Amino acid sequence: MVSVTIDGIKVKVPEGSTIYEAAKKAGIHIPTFCYHQDIKKKVGACRICLVEVEGMNDYVPSCSTPVKDGMVVRTNTKELREIRKFVLTLLLGTHKQTCPSCVRNQNCDLLDLSHQFNMPEELPFPVRLHYHPIDASSYTIVREPDKCILCGRCEAVCTMLQNVSAIGRSHRGIQVEIAPPFDLTLEESPCVGCGQCLMVCPVGAIYEKDSTEDVWNAIYDPNKVVIAQTAPAVRVAIGEEFGLEPGAIVTGKMVTGLKLLGFDYVFDTQFGADLTIMEEGTELTERLENGGPFPLLTSCCPAWVKFVEEFHHDMLENISSAMSPQQMTGALTKTYFAEKMNIDPKNIVVVSIMPCTAKKAEIERPELTTNGMKNVDYVITTRELARMLKQANINLVDLPESTFDNPLGESTGAAAIFGVTGGVMEAALRSAYEFLTGKELTEVEFKQIRGFEKIRVAEIEIDGKKVKVAVANTLGAADELLRKIKEGDERLKDIVALEVMACPGGCLGGGGQPIPTTEEIRIKRAQAIYKEDKEAKFKKSHENPAIKQLYDEFLEKPLSKIAHKLLHTYYQKREKYKVKI
Amino acid sequence: MGEKFGVPRDPSYLIKALQYIQKEKGYISPKDALDVAEYLNVPLTKVYGVATFYEQFRLRPQGKYVIKVCHGTACHIKGGKVLIDFLRDLLGIDVGETTDDFLFTLERVACLGACALAPSVEINGKIYGNMTLDKLREIIIEIKEAEKNAKNHTSV
Amino acid sequence: MQKITRPSDLNVLREKLLEEKHSKLEKEISFIIGYGTCGKAAGADKILDVVKDLVPNSNITTVGCIGMCWAEPLLDVVYPGGMRVSYMKVTEKVVEEIVKTALSGEVYKENIVGVIDLKKELFGEKQRYFGYKSLWDHDFYKKQERIVLKNCGLIDPENIEDYIAVGGYRALAKVLADMKPEEVIEEVKKSGLRGRSGTGFPTGFKWELVAKQKDETKYVVCNADEGDPGAFMDRAVLEGDPHSVIEGLAIAAYAVGAKKGFIYIRAEYPLAMERLTIAINQAREKGLLGKNILGTKFSFDVEIRAGAGAYVCGEETALMASIMGFRGEPWLKPPFPNEKGLWEHPTVINNVETLANIAWIINNGYKEFRKYGTEKSPGTKVFSLAGRVKHTGVVEVPLGITLRELIFDIGGGISNGKKLKAVQTGGPSGGVVPPDKMDTPIDYESLTPIGTIMGSGGVIVLDEDDCMVDVAKYFLTFTQAESCGQCIPCREGTKRMLDILTNITSGNATIEDLDLLEWLAKYVSKASFCGLGKTAPNPILTTIRYFKNEYISHINDKYCPAGACKDLVSYYIDEKLCKGCTLCLRSCPVGAIRKEGKIFRIDTEDCIKCGICVNACSFNAIKTKGVA
Ligand SMILES: Cc1cc2nc3c(=O)[nH]c(=O)nc-3n(C[C@H](O)[C@H](O)[C@H](O)COP(=O)(O)O)c2cc1C
Ligand code: SF4
Ligand code: SF4
Ligand code: SF4
Ligand code: SF4
Ligand code: SF4
Ligand code: SF4
Ligand code: SF4
Ligand code: SF4
Ligand code: FES
Ligand code: FES
Ligand code: FES
Repeated sequence: MVSVTIDGIKVKVPEGSTIYEAAKKAGIHIPTFCYHQDIKKKVGACRICLVEVEGMNDYVPSCSTPVKDGMVVRTNTKELREIRKFVLTLLLGTHKQTCPSCVRNQNCDLLDLSHQFNMPEELPFPVRLHYHPIDASSYTIVREPDKCILCGRCEAVCTMLQNVSAIGRSHRGIQVEIAPPFDLTLEESPCVGCGQCLMVCPVGAIYEKDSTEDVWNAIYDPNKVVIAQTAPAVRVAIGEEFGLEPGAIVTGKMVTGLKLLGFDYVFDTQFGADLTIMEEGTELTERLENGGPFPLLTSCCPAWVKFVEEFHHDMLENISSAMSPQQMTGALTKTYFAEKMNIDPKNIVVVSIMPCTAKKAEIERPELTTNGMKNVDYVITTRELARMLKQANINLVDLPESTFDNPLGESTGAAAIFGVTGGVMEAALRSAYEFLTGKELTEVEFKQIRGFEKIRVAEIEIDGKKVKVAVANTLGAADELLRKIKEGDERLKDIVALEVMACPGGCLGGGGQPIPTTEEIRIKRAQAIYKEDKEAKFKKSHENPAIKQLYDEFLEKPLSKIAHKLLHTYYQKREKYKVKI
Repeated sequence: MGEKFGVPRDPSYLIKALQYIQKEKGYISPKDALDVAEYLNVPLTKVYGVATFYEQFRLRPQGKYVIKVCHGTACHIKGGKVLIDFLRDLLGIDVGETTDDFLFTLERVACLGACALAPSVEINGKIYGNMTLDKLREIIIEIKEAEKNAKNHTSV
Repeated sequence: MQKITRPSDLNVLREKLLEEKHSKLEKEISFIIGYGTCGKAAGADKILDVVKDLVPNSNITTVGCIGMCWAEPLLDVVYPGGMRVSYMKVTEKVVEEIVKTALSGEVYKENIVGVIDLKKELFGEKQRYFGYKSLWDHDFYKKQERIVLKNCGLIDPENIEDYIAVGGYRALAKVLADMKPEEVIEEVKKSGLRGRSGTGFPTGFKWELVAKQKDETKYVVCNADEGDPGAFMDRAVLEGDPHSVIEGLAIAAYAVGAKKGFIYIRAEYPLAMERLTIAINQAREKGLLGKNILGTKFSFDVEIRAGAGAYVCGEETALMASIMGFRGEPWLKPPFPNEKGLWEHPTVINNVETLANIAWIINNGYKEFRKYGTEKSPGTKVFSLAGRVKHTGVVEVPLGITLRELIFDIGGGISNGKKLKAVQTGGPSGGVVPPDKMDTPIDYESLTPIGTIMGSGGVIVLDEDDCMVDVAKYFLTFTQAESCGQCIPCREGTKRMLDILTNITSGNATIEDLDLLEWLAKYVSKASFCGLGKTAPNPILTTIRYFKNEYISHINDKYCPAGACKDLVSYYIDEKLCKGCTLCLRSCPVGAIRKEGKIFRIDTEDCIKCGICVNACSFNAIKTKGVA
């Protein structure tokens, strides 16, 4: 530990900490643009976080300068204040200010700082925009370069956290751009739509593709039966949009809210999750019996699926053919449920409420249709739902609780943990154990694969046999893991199943979740999810009575012909870049 | 393993590989960039980022004669700017552009190291010192003539 | 070529080479052509062709820059016996005369700049007088002291034996045979050699920092990016004496324990790159690079990495990024390169000129070195003189010499009889020095109080025709275009400052803009990430400091007194002074001058404001005025 003095406050911090971190410990919050705690690379380039260190001539970036014992730091002097104003002046000078209509005006660092620093309306020089067009080519995210302050966070996330490199820095000086190469659009880039770039963007330069207007229109259409399904990670996060602490569980209130918005039915994607386990778990059991192909790759994260199709297309065979939970729920809504209720599936509009931007692209995959209809019609994110509720004058906090509609509303603890990294694997193991051994599993928590480390490998004993499984969160980690597997790494031999979630911490850290989402917040959301699991009546997917009923009434058994038709899909190789030659 | 683009398969040779392509083809096409990315195992964004960072690289086909007017300090004060303006007029293109017949590309360059003989102009690698408007005009006319003759020859 | 397998064998080879040279020198006549970039730009290729037509190839040598770029093209005749006569500004016609006269045993008398006694240069014999002034007695050379440039223009840079003959690689052999790495570092430390890139960082100390690191892998890098526009010292060394840099780099590698070195050279120097490549290959063949150099345990090799046109890549961290194949964006310090440089390994980065001093210091000892220069800035410094000075070229002087001596005694003063207005030093990071500060000594510290720096050695002389606002704008145009763009202050700030300067030089600024400019300058400098941004405002700050009146004139009177800002001048002919001689009319490149009866008039529509006519008129009849 070293001891430093920050603005007169003495703190002790571990060696190697940055001034920024030490200041935070002292209760002093230095603004940052280029630095973000999720990004390991420290560039120190935006200069908003400059501080004065006694004995040093130059101001230093606090975000990336390590502390030394006895260091005396000042973060707030006349000159530093002026420097921040100077930096803000320069930024605003090239920034398209459209705050009232900007999605990020509730949590924009530039707006906050401009406000704090009394930035004048009139800059000392004319605003100079680049007039780069907005890129709305993708189903998932929108880039608005004229709002970009070039902090580089999105690029770092996309290249280092996700190993996708859809966007990158090009040109130099005032020409610098962070965009896909060769003027390609996002759609022509390898972007997998994970939305992690927008989660770290300090301003409104990247945001989700909005679908709320479409949803409103569907709701207003008297001929449509509009059905919502909500993902596991939404209920533990949306409270934050209404001022609740991270980790507040608002499932019942959310269902009430959706009903108030005008949804005719509210289903639970967790039902689909239980079903996924039935299908995928059976697939795994079959593969174990037939000897592969291994590892089985989970398929519920569409960002991951696209990543494999682009970057590891030699492994398409390995991906589970089971569709994602939202797709299963959607497909059954338009078949099983429609038949049951005697509704023409053409009049059903399925809206998924997801923590995810990638799901917006998933629903557009032509292979994910049933009888020519999309299984899911619209996806809105946690944030979009919060906006809709607010538009409808609803404060979630004040609502009474209600429950999901049946029969696609019932779920187990196994489904709840889909929202956290390792959850799918754990849920699968709970069922697979019992499928394979025929014995009851009493200790349902697989602690070996819980936690936020990017890669976890564990050996699970099933009936005296050891089964090796792995879990990864973030595509960068998954990429590394796959590469090592291909290189023949000894420790990774014989992994039979690999769960990958593209987002840090899994869907609870998804690209559609409330902003900010930080490490602490992710931990709290995870705790809430595990709490749900603990309190659930059923802990294993195959114990879900509604699932049992579904197989009895409709699907026969996992991997049956009809299950295949409705609940399974296929994958194809995709070019990374659609370069025009 | 065989070498491609004149470099070993090591990402630190990205710039050298791009220089190789540019030398071979005059510019770097998206296809070439993609091939380099593949060969050196780096993302296309990085190739593009590097190619657009360095002044030397061209992403579009160049003219047969690349005229680089020095814009170093010595050349600036000795009239480099006038030379640029003059060429702009004469060739009808702006700096960084290529004439429609792909004969000339006009560029500005930071110091050729011939400052003692400022202003300097480089045409296809040959440096001319103490450049004047008249000399420049002459050179351009000469090139044009030579090209015209060559064309007539081939068409006959 | 045969490898030299023992340090002592180098000496054997050297003596043999000298003997050969000696006998050749006695017998044959030979010709030397200045074949540096300036020489080529001045037409050396054509000269070479002419000479080749007249004499056999084996008697022609091409050499690098001897420094007198102003006198290019240069042709030297070496007469049997060792008299080398230098001819300047030779034309194709004169060349023929010179060669023919020489072949007939006579000396052509025109165009001579001076003579060199090669027996003295090569064999240390007593200087003889041949009846012509020694080149070294030329004003241009009188005050020079040549350590770095000692071989430039004298040896064939493409022939390693030429270098070995004049004592090349002796220092490397010496350190390998007789010195421990610590001793080498100690010697360099004692010499007081400081970074010639202008940083002034003590070289020996830098090496020590790396030598102390525990890492197995270390690198040495020669920074040959020479990005300052208008500076060409390093170019002259690389073209004229590439082995001296390689030798210095190898000694650095030995001292710090590196096995691999890089020379990062800017793309705009193809000739230097070519000569370096040849030199490295020859050094390898001779066993002076590669495995077990001179048969010792020391192995070291060098790789050239070419830049691709980015000034900021001269900055050491950006340079390393570029070597590793990235965008040339500076990286955060700490960690410094001496701890974590290339591929995270300890790395020494030295400038070309710094390295070119090393062999000399090892050969002659630190005491000898310290006889040059000042206490705090020992040794010599190479400068490149350009702009409105008579003798544009490359010069080497002891540190501490005054600007006046440099510009007037060596440089020969202003080229066209006009008045000195200012001297620009330090390139884009530097500033201007007004005439009344000409007696300031040039070293690492003395120029700072007057607002500029010595920098890497580029010196641009400015006269009355040069507008100080335009000069500031020029440098901002440069830094703005070269900003890597990663930090906000430099990326946006340089652009904003440039915008204001553009407004000033086009008559669209108000006096308040000057305050804004100073505000921007202050904080761009304080807040930028790397040296480029931190120093980018300097040209603005010094020009405002010394030439504020010019700024005011541009802003308030919409007039550029120097006539350089085209938007703020218009040319007219003063009828009272015009004698109707038609000289201007014939000089105008665009035909904008009309004869209307007896009166000459400038058509302001057509005039491109090049100013040529002003110089053409012997009667000072062509004037400028503001446009307001
Ligand atoms: C913007 C910028 C440009 C630079 N350009 C050069 C250059 O062209 N050549 C050079 O030797 N050093 C240059 N330097 C200095 C280098 O960073 C480094 O300090 C130097 O190579 C060290 O060599 P020395 O200690 O031998 O002087 C530059 C520095 C900055 C900040
Ligand atoms: S990004 Fe921030 S500052 Fe910019 S328009 Fe949006 S809210 Fe306003
Ligand atoms: S914040 Fe200010 S500018 Fe924005 S809407 Fe409100 S009053 Fe208008
Ligand atoms: S959504 Fe994901 S893949 Fe796409 S650009 Fe953003 S970080 Fe990269
Ligand atoms: S899009 Fe956002 S995160 Fe990316 S560089 Fe711009 S401001 Fe930063
Ligand atoms: S991890 Fe979850 S939120 Fe993130 S992309 Fe995958 S499915 Fe969407
Ligand atoms: S000061 Fe300029 S060149 Fe240096 S890092 Fe910042 S933007 Fe790049
Ligand atoms: S300034 Fe130049 S263009 Fe104008 S009249 Fe004189 S010579 Fe002609
Ligand atoms: S050169 Fe001078 S004197 Fe002669 S015509 Fe021109 S303006 Fe008149
Ligand atoms: S946040 Fe520290 S420099 Fe950008
Ligand atoms: S300034 Fe033009 S060659 Fe150097
Ligand atoms: S280049 Fe010939 S003397 Fe300088």
